[in-house]
Amino acid sequence: MRGATHAKWAACAVAVALAATACGGGGGGGGGGGDGTGIVSSSWGDPQNPLEPANTNEVQGGKILDMLFRGLKQYDPKTGEAKNMVAESIETKDARNFTVKIKGDWTFSNGEKVTAKSFVDAWNYGANLENNQKNAYFFAYIDGYDKVHPEKGNPSAKTLSGLKVVDETTFTVKLTQKFSTWPDTLGYPTFAPLPQAFYDDHDAWLSKPVGNGPYTVDSYTKGSKMSLRKWDAYPGPDKAKNGGVDMTVYTDNNTAYTNLMAGNLDLVDDVPAAQLRNAKSDLGDRYINTPAGIIQTLAFPFYDDEWSKPGKEKVRKGLSMAINRKQITETIFQNTRTPATDWTSPVLGEDGGYQAGLCGDACEYDAAEARKLVEEGGGIPGGQLKVTYNADTGSHKEWVDAVCNSINKALEKDKACVGNPVGTFADFRGKASKQELDGAWRAGWQMDYPLIQNFLEPNYYTDAPSNDGKFSDKEFDRLVNEANGETDNAKAVAKFQEAEKILARKMPAIPLWYQNGSAGYSDKVSDVTLNQFSVPVYDRIKVN
Amino acid sequence: MGRYVIRRLLQMIPVFFGATLLIFLMVNVMGDPVAGLCGDRKCDPATAARLKKEFGLDKPVWQQYATYMGNVFTGDFGTAFNGQKVTELMSAAFPVTIRLTVVAIVFEIVIGISLGVLTGLRRGRPVDTVVLLLTLVVISIPTFVTGLVLQLLLGVEWGVVKPSVSSEAPFDELLIPGLVLASVSLAYVTRLTRTSIAENRRADYVRTAIAKGLPRRRVVTRHLLRNSLIPVVTFIGTDVGALMGGAIVTERIFNIHGVGFQLYQGILRQSTQTVVGFVTVLVLVFLLANLIVDLLYAVLDPRIRYA
Repeated sequence: MRGATHAKWAACAVAVALAATACGGGGGGGGGGGDGTGIVSSSWGDPQNPLEPANTNEVQGGKILDMLFRGLKQYDPKTGEAKNMVAESIETKDARNFTVKIKGDWTFSNGEKVTAKSFVDAWNYGANLENNQKNAYFFAYIDGYDKVHPEKGNPSAKTLSGLKVVDETTFTVKLTQKFSTWPDTLGYPTFAPLPQAFYDDHDAWLSKPVGNGPYTVDSYTKGSKMSLRKWDAYPGPDKAKNGGVDMTVYTDNNTAYTNLMAGNLDLVDDVPAAQLRNAKSDLGDRYINTPAGIIQTLAFPFYDDEWSKPGKEKVRKGLSMAINRKQITETIFQNTRTPATDWTSPVLGEDGGYQAGLCGDACEYDAAEARKLVEEGGGIPGGQLKVTYNADTGSHKEWVDAVCNSINKALEKDKACVGNPVGTFADFRGKASKQELDGAWRAGWQMDYPLIQNFLEPNYYTDAPSNDGKFSDKEFDRLVNEANGETDNAKAVAKFQEAEKILARKMPAIPLWYQNGSAGYSDKVSDVTLNQFSVPVYDRIKVN
Repeated sequence: MGRYVIRRLLQMIPVFFGATLLIFLMVNVMGDPVAGLCGDRKCDPATAARLKKEFGLDKPVWQQYATYMGNVFTGDFGTAFNGQKVTELMSAAFPVTIRLTVVAIVFEIVIGISLGVLTGLRRGRPVDTVVLLLTLVVISIPTFVTGLVLQLLLGVEWGVVKPSVSSEAPFDELLIPGLVLASVSLAYVTRLTRTSIAENRRADYVRTAIAKGLPRRRVVTRHLLRNSLIPVVTFIGTDVGALMGGAIVTERIFNIHGVGFQLYQGILRQSTQTVVGFVTVLVLVFLLANLIVDLLYAVLDPRIRYA
C-alpha cells in the first residue's frame, strides 16, 4: 500500500496548508468604539506622482493631501461652496489685486506655525520650473509666472513677483489678469501651505509628509500602505471623527470589493463596474452613488479642416442626437452616469452655473432628425467616425461600442461609427495632446474646483491646456474674459453661461454624461459620504 | 565541468543584452510616457521637457539604451515616475514574489511528483484515471477562474482565509495564492512524472534492481525516480522564471504587491525604467535557473558529464 501512503501524505500537506492559512486569516479593520478612536480601513490606489501638493494631479494622491492639508479655503463636502479655512479673509477691489489674511492660530503637526510665508514659499516652489511640479500652471494667473516658469529656457527669477508677504498673517497677490472667482480656486490642494521641513529635507518629507490637516502620517510604505492617525492637537474646526485611516493599495478594485464583502475592509471608494449590478443588493444603504464633478464628452479635431469648416456643426449635432444617452447610462453604467444636457456638472448647483437642458434638442435622442442633420452637414468626414479611447483602464470599450451602435442604428449605416482602441492612457494622452487623433475621441473632465470656469476655460478657450481639439471661437473667448473680469459672482456665472450657449451652437464636444462617484462601506462605519470630487470625506466617518 | 559552467555563463551575455534591448524597444514604441503624467490635461511644455530630460527620454533610443545599461552595471536602475528608485521597488517586490514562487514550487514538487509517482506506478488503475481527469480539469481552467473561485469560497463564503494578502505577505498568507499559481504547472508535473515513471519501470536497470532483491522503496526512490526526474527537473527549472514573471494574474487577484504588480503598473504608466529593470532581473533569474537545471542533470544521471 505504498501508493496509499503517498496519497495520505499529499492530503495532509494540503490540510496543513489550509489550516495554517486559516490561522493567518481573520482580524483586521475596525477596533475602538463609537468614541472617535476607531480606525477606518479603506481601499487606495498607488499615487502616480510623488506626494507633494503641487505635484499631485490625480485622485489617489489628492485624497491623501485632503487629509493632510488644509488650505486657505475648503470646499464644503455637501454644497461645494468654497469656505474660508486657514484664511481669515481674501479681499479685492478690482478682481486682480488680492489681500489675503490668515488666521493666526494654525500650526503644522510638527509644531511649526502656519504663516503667510508658509503659503508664499509653497506657491513659489510650486511655480518654479526647476522643481518639475506638474501642477505649476495653477500659479500661472499670478504675476511673474512667465519669469519663474518660462515656456523655453531657464527661469530668470526664483519667486513670483505677484506674491508679497506683508506681515506674519498677511500677504498680497497680484494676478496677470482679472479673475474674480480666483479665491474660490484656493481650496485645491496645490495651494496648500508647506512647512520649512519640506525644504530642509525633501526626501524625508516625501517619505513621511507633514501638513496642517486633521491627520498625520503614522507610517507609509510606498506602493502598499499608508496609516494616517488623528492629530489630536489639530487647530481646525473639522477635527477627525475617527481615530485614523489605514489606506491599503489594491491592485484591482474587484479584490477590494471582495475584501469589503468578507469584512476585511471598511470602505471601497470605487465600486468596480462588474459589481455595480450586485452592489445594491449586497450593500443596501451602504452603497453610495452620488454625482461628482466629472463630465464625459466626445471631442472633435478642429485642426482638421474637414471638421472645422462651417456647416460641420450640423454633423456634430446630428451625431449628438444619434446617441441614446438614457439607454446607455441605464444598461451599461447601471445609472452611475446621468445623461448630460450641458457642459458642466450638476454638482455646481444652479447658482454655480449648472443649467439643465442648456444643450437643448441636440442632446435629445432623435434618430430621424440626426440622420437629416448629418446629411445636411455633408455627411461624416471620411464617411466614418472613429472614436479613439484608451483600453487599459475604465470600461471605455463598452460604452464606446454602445455609442457607436447607437449612431450606426440612428444613421442606418453599419459602419458609420467604429471604436479605435489605444493601448495605454499615456499613449492616448500623447496622441491627443499632439493633435494626432482624427475623428473623435473620448474626452473627460474631472473638475479641479467646483467652478463653472473650470469646466469651460481649460477645455474650450483658444489654446487652453486641455483644448486638445484646438476649438477656437472669438466670441467664446471674449465672454470668458469678461466673466473672469466680473467682480460680482452671479454676473460672472451668467456670462459663463452665455459663453456656454456658444458651445451649444457650435458643438465642439458632444456632452455624453455626468459621472457619479460610487462607494460601498461595511456596517462597522457610518456617516460615509463622497464630496464633489467623488472622494470620501474621511474626517467625518464614524467607527461604530 | 568548470569549463562548461564558464561557457554557459558567457553564452548568457548576448542573451541578456538581446532580451533587454528588445524590452527597451518595445516600451519605447508605446509612445511618449510623459503625456500620461498630467492626467486629462496637456502637460505644460516647459515642465514636460524638463521631465523628459530628468528621465533621459529626450535622447535617441540607442543612447538611452547605452546610458541605461551603463547605469545598470553600477547598480543604478533609474527612477520610476512616482519618484521612487527602481531598486527600491525591486527590494520591496522581489522578496514577496520569491516567497510566492517558493510556495508554488514546493507545491509542484511535493504534490506534483507524489501524484506522478503514485499514478505512474499504478497505470490504468482507478487512482490513475481519477488523477488524470483531475489534472485535465486543472489544466483546462484558466488561473484567474481558479483564483477567483477559491478567493470567493475560502475568503468570502467560508471565511477560512483572508481574501487578500497583506502588504507584508508572510508565508502562511501566500499558501492559497501559491497553490493557485502552481495549479497548472502542478498538473503538468504530475503528468510528466507519471509518463516518465511508467516508461522507466520496464527499463533493464529497474528489473535488475528488483532481481537483486532490493526493497521496493529503494528501487522506486533511488533507481526509478532518480532517472525519471530529468524531464521534470527541466520543466520545474524553466517554470521558476515563468512563475516569477507570470504571476501578474495571481498577484492581481490576491492583491500581492510583487513583481507582477510592479510590471503591470510599469507597463500601464509606460515607465521604461521600471519595466526594463524588472525584466532585466527576470531574464537573469531565468538564465540562472536554466543553468542550474543543466547542472542538476549530472547529479541525477551520472552518465551525463560535461566537458
